[in-house]
Amino acid sequence: MKKFLNSADTYLTDALAGFAAAHPDLAVDLENRVVTRARGAVPGKVGLVSGGGSGHEPLHTGFVGEGMLDAACPGEVFTSPVPDQVVAAVRAADSGAGVVLVVKNYTGDVMNFDLAAELAGDEGVRVETVLVDDDVAVQDSTFTAGRRGTGATLLVEKIAGAAAVRGDSLEAVAEIGRRVNAASRSFAVALTAGTTPEAGRPGFDLPADEIEVGVGIHGEPGRRREKLRPAREIVADMVEAILEDRAPGAGEEVIALVNGLGGTPLSELYLVYGEVARLLGERGVRISRSLVGDYVTSLDMAGCSVTLCGADAELVELWDAPVSTPGLRWGM
Amino acid sequence: MDIELARAWVRAVAVAVEKDRELLSDLDAAIGDGDHGGNLNRGFAAAAEAVAALQPGSVGEVLVKTGTTLVSKVGGASGPLYGSALRAAGKRLTGESADPGEVAAALAAGLEEVRRLGGAQPGDKTMVDAYAPAVEAFTEAAGRGAALAEAAQAAATAAEDGARATEPLQARKGRASYLGERSKGHEDPGAVSTAMIFRALADTAAAAG
Repeated sequence: MKKFLNSADTYLTDALAGFAAAHPDLAVDLENRVVTRARGAVPGKVGLVSGGGSGHEPLHTGFVGEGMLDAACPGEVFTSPVPDQVVAAVRAADSGAGVVLVVKNYTGDVMNFDLAAELAGDEGVRVETVLVDDDVAVQDSTFTAGRRGTGATLLVEKIAGAAAVRGDSLEAVAEIGRRVNAASRSFAVALTAGTTPEAGRPGFDLPADEIEVGVGIHGEPGRRREKLRPAREIVADMVEAILEDRAPGAGEEVIALVNGLGGTPLSELYLVYGEVARLLGERGVRISRSLVGDYVTSLDMAGCSVTLCGADAELVELWDAPVSTPGLRWGM
Repeated sequence: MDIELARAWVRAVAVAVEKDRELLSDLDAAIGDGDHGGNLNRGFAAAAEAVAALQPGSVGEVLVKTGTTLVSKVGGASGPLYGSALRAAGKRLTGESADPGEVAAALAAGLEEVRRLGGAQPGDKTMVDAYAPAVEAFTEAAGRGAALAEAAQAAATAAEDGARATEPLQARKGRASYLGERSKGHEDPGAVSTAMIFRALADTAAAAG
């Protein structure tokens, strides 16, 4: 393992300390591991809180700021945060208008956020939860923990964040978030496995000429392993899997996200985006907005995910709304 | 079981988890993300410290404190599951000591909580596959008048058998479920850590004589 580390035990704390130093407009509670806006909750605005295991940066800490999250709680690497952290984040984000929790659908995340929602409710905070489960690689939801939350998390946080700024009620912000999730589908392919500092070696063995198709953001294997092929063919399978599951509805265009998993150069991601754009063009699907880069990563895993979100004019307008966070910034 | 034995049990689990931290993480790496050992180690080390500082009035307080600490420290699914199980078990043990029948009922309450939270059935390749047979064996032994050490020994053996029996199963809950067929051929790390917890109880009870 070659990483910039002082020690595996202090990895997360050291990284958060650096994050705090780099972003003075955010407040980082290193003890409780909660990232909030330095100026506190925005009066009258519905709060937006998310969190999950670390290792997916900039998700979620990098999306705290104007137009997106009010607070984030990073857990250990690939391990959901504990309820205490979530409750602390909810308290910090609540201005009295209630708080929407954005939760990725993993067993641990759901349990810890459910416990936290109960505790925050006991304290008198109104809480709504939006569960993100966009990964179409998980086909058999009956015999698994269900579809995983992946790339769509970024879209939910951005668009629900804009709805909160617009002045939507607690229920309306949650509803917009659920709408984005329901309209989004993702599919990921890994070229290599990521390495956690704790394990010190790759999360799974992948021969040099093989790829993991349908991989999850913690390196959970996906649908199958296959030989590496030209990008055009791999991306065609990814787009096919997505559109088979949900084709854009009448009057919908798509927001297209090509997301790097941490160890793939931007040039390759653009190459993938080119294929996505060509394939959608051939099918008559219009791309209204696009985003290419590392947003929902899996440490140093090489690979990418494609997310397509069917978006009407309202969702596009909220997507375009100003945002200023360490990980996403436009319009201001 | 008295307060001291409950405390010693938590300490013994902390020692066992620290010793076998890598084993648990390796099992988890095969079908999950490889952090089960580290997460439980962090949780039980904190729990052992917390109960050492506690002046409990009942056996249950030790277990509730342990559970609360696990929920606060572990994260993932194992934190809420083990934490809630111990809290549910602890709430049943309100006296300064508990006889094997009361302990059996408390362990069963913990199991019920795990199944309620996680929704797992026996055979889903989860901690339930070790926990359920352990409760059954403990209850059966307590029912025929066995002492705590004997009942705990029966439970530990049943849990270890149950953990081993998860190897050929296909996971249907938790992160391993995404592997489908490929989850077969590996013991479930949660079932193995559950067996460790029951083994620690058996050893502690035997040592207390």
